[in-house]
Amino acid sequence: MSTEAVHDEHHDHKPTGWRRWVFSTNHKDIGTMYLIFALVMLFLGGASAMMLRAELWEPGLQIVDPNTYNNLLTNHALIMVFGAVMPAAAGMANWMLPMMIGAPDMALPRLNNLSFWLLPFAALMLIMSFVVPHFGGGVPINTGWTLYPPLSLQAGIGMDFGIFTLHILGISSIMASINIVTTIVNMRAPGMTWFKLPLFAWAWLLTGLLLIVIMPVLAGGVTMLLFDRHFGTSFFDAAGGGDPVLFQHLFWFFGHPEVYVLLLPSIGILGMVVPTFSRKPLFAYKPLVYSMFFLTALGLVVWAHHQYTVGMSKEVTEYFMIGTILISIPVGYMLFSFIFTMWRGSMTFETPMLFAVAIVLMFSFAGVTGVMLAVVPADLQYHDTYFVVAHFHYALIPGALFGIYAGVFYWLPKWTGHMYDERLGKIFFWWTTISFNLTFFVQHFVGLAGMPRRISDYSPVFTDFNQISSIGAFAFGASHLLFLWIIIKTVRGGKKVGDKPWDGAQVGNAGLEWTLPSPPPFHSFSTPPVVK
Amino acid sequence: MTSTTEGYYIPEPSRWPIVGAVTVFTMLVGTALWMNHLSPGPWIMLIGMLMLVLLFKGWFGDVITENLAGSYNGRVDRSFRQGMFWFITSEVFFFITFFGCLYYLRNITLPYLGGEGHLANSHLLWKDFTYSWPPLQLPDASHYTQAKEAMEPGGIPLWNTIILLSSGGTLTWAHWGLKKNSNRQLVLGLVMTIALGLTFFCLQAYEYGHAYTEMDLTLNSGIYGSTFYLLTGFHGFHVTVGSIMLMVILGRAIKRHFSPHNHFAFEAVAWYWHFVDVVWIALYIFVYWL
Repeated sequence: MSTEAVHDEHHDHKPTGWRRWVFSTNHKDIGTMYLIFALVMLFLGGASAMMLRAELWEPGLQIVDPNTYNNLLTNHALIMVFGAVMPAAAGMANWMLPMMIGAPDMALPRLNNLSFWLLPFAALMLIMSFVVPHFGGGVPINTGWTLYPPLSLQAGIGMDFGIFTLHILGISSIMASINIVTTIVNMRAPGMTWFKLPLFAWAWLLTGLLLIVIMPVLAGGVTMLLFDRHFGTSFFDAAGGGDPVLFQHLFWFFGHPEVYVLLLPSIGILGMVVPTFSRKPLFAYKPLVYSMFFLTALGLVVWAHHQYTVGMSKEVTEYFMIGTILISIPVGYMLFSFIFTMWRGSMTFETPMLFAVAIVLMFSFAGVTGVMLAVVPADLQYHDTYFVVAHFHYALIPGALFGIYAGVFYWLPKWTGHMYDERLGKIFFWWTTISFNLTFFVQHFVGLAGMPRRISDYSPVFTDFNQISSIGAFAFGASHLLFLWIIIKTVRGGKKVGDKPWDGAQVGNAGLEWTLPSPPPFHSFSTPPVVK
Repeated sequence: MTSTTEGYYIPEPSRWPIVGAVTVFTMLVGTALWMNHLSPGPWIMLIGMLMLVLLFKGWFGDVITENLAGSYNGRVDRSFRQGMFWFITSEVFFFITFFGCLYYLRNITLPYLGGEGHLANSHLLWKDFTYSWPPLQLPDASHYTQAKEAMEPGGIPLWNTIILLSSGGTLTWAHWGLKKNSNRQLVLGLVMTIALGLTFFCLQAYEYGHAYTEMDLTLNSGIYGSTFYLLTGFHGFHVTVGSIMLMVILGRAIKRHFSPHNHFAFEAVAWYWHFVDVVWIALYIFVYWL
């Protein structure tokens, strides 16, 4: 044991000051930085959404001009997807995976820090793309996050900054994914076999693999955009023998699996939260893992359902339609698995569980509208309307964001050593859930009635529903101030908790994080635990 | 070689990650300014590239020092191996993107522009356009310079194929030398590999010059020039990076850093080099030949 003592002495002094964070090689510190970054970006992306909803308060142009409106909605999407949800999920992976599987740290700690530190610079680059058009930099990124040519070929220097933002984010995601996959494959404690792995680890393994596959494709696609813009190539110009639809295929080959990148970590969190508060092991754990594999594989081959209206042949659209509808099988399987975990469990409804139940309900709703959108003749009507906006916000806010909230409330006692204020947590849950539904439910109706998306003006007949939507959005935005307050309050103090703040936390395939004190020591497992 | 994570080397706090983030940012800001003809762009790019050199020297220098000090156990070695494997996987998908585009353009876009396909009305756009590969005649050449001729698979490309394939052979021969602890064979094999890589690079540069000046085949020659230069260009970039990596490995081999049982850096570079080889074979078949 003497070697171990030396080892601990060598490692357990914490670096102090700014160096601790900037030069960090510690998975918990890096995870904390990821989570704080995600929270800042959540507010930035939220602020742009608030401006969009303010502009849509009534028909006509009030606050921003159309180009700025479209730039804001592009930034809203890019910030939420790449700045808020993915870093939050990566932050949780950083914090939890090594502790869950009994590893001393991530497999490649320095690479881990580089993956994080690229993000603030990507954010800076995106802010530059937003600012330069106002100083004579030409048209801003007004394409939406999809960056479709030919519009994206005509924008000013802001588009170049936007493209490089995606390059930086791509480098960051690929390196983070390499690290996470390597950690899960290589760093498990003795006895932590594949089918003892917590569901969160499985979810992140598949997310990491997806990112390794899709991020280079996005990078390649936007690089071609860059060459078309500045070096005279004709990838996306039919006059030179290219094809703008080609870019759509490249983008959605990345973009559709990206939805699962956002979703899977949350499914993983549900796989931890639901058994804990049902006090029962996860129902049908192995088939659930298989269905996640199935979802991942299927997710890679159905991308063109985003492009039914571009004139693909009948056979091709039929293939993509059938493939897309098949996705409801693994997703439905996951949701049933969670429902049957709750079935006859001794359930209690703390905040994480409330979010979990809400996800199962509201995400199913997104699944139903998703099947509607997958059907080609129906989609030709719904395409580019607010119905689509409503659908993907029902998929992404419950599917990704609420999953992250569930995770935050579930693990906040572990991270800080303090229990959060349960009463405030419940208020936050009801406030967000009600205001979220208020915002987006009515958008189904305006969409079916034909209101197009990505336009800053609308016909006066849609005014009432848009005002309901805006009221909901402002309430939804404001609820996050409470979220911020709960987190600050919990970090600063509160009821001390033991190793295992949730009494159901060790049922089934739980992680090893509950065997550590709360908050855990700077280095978790210098000696690997043995899993029986 | 332990089977647990016990004694897994966790590096001390390091300055290199943040230097890396600043480097990437500097290079890309410089590039964006340069592409838009804004004056400080090239200088900022240059500063970024110098920082990149220092970054790699510093970061990999630390890793080499730690490795020589014996800090890495078998588990760390496996992390490096798996990391490199997934990195190359992502590179494979980067190239698949461009090959996929080539496939899509040749089999869907261009026939469609020539009036084939399920809608069969696209020839209304450009009535005179008929599709053949390589498309030297463009649908509308007013913004493009049409190439006079296309690349032939014989000549330089064939030589380059032979050169790159033999460089894979010499590298494997160097690896055999390393395994049987013959430093002479290792160094000689590496020198031959680097020489072949540089020859490939020079021939490719000559070919580009020829294409630009004699054949009018440029980035601006429509879709044939676009796909040709991006595919071969990104491959050439990888050959360049691979050659630099090989030179570093050669330097380390001369300093006798490697032993028959501890030479992951060599293997990682060899994997990378073979990957670049395989990409070339695909390039030769799909870009030059078919």
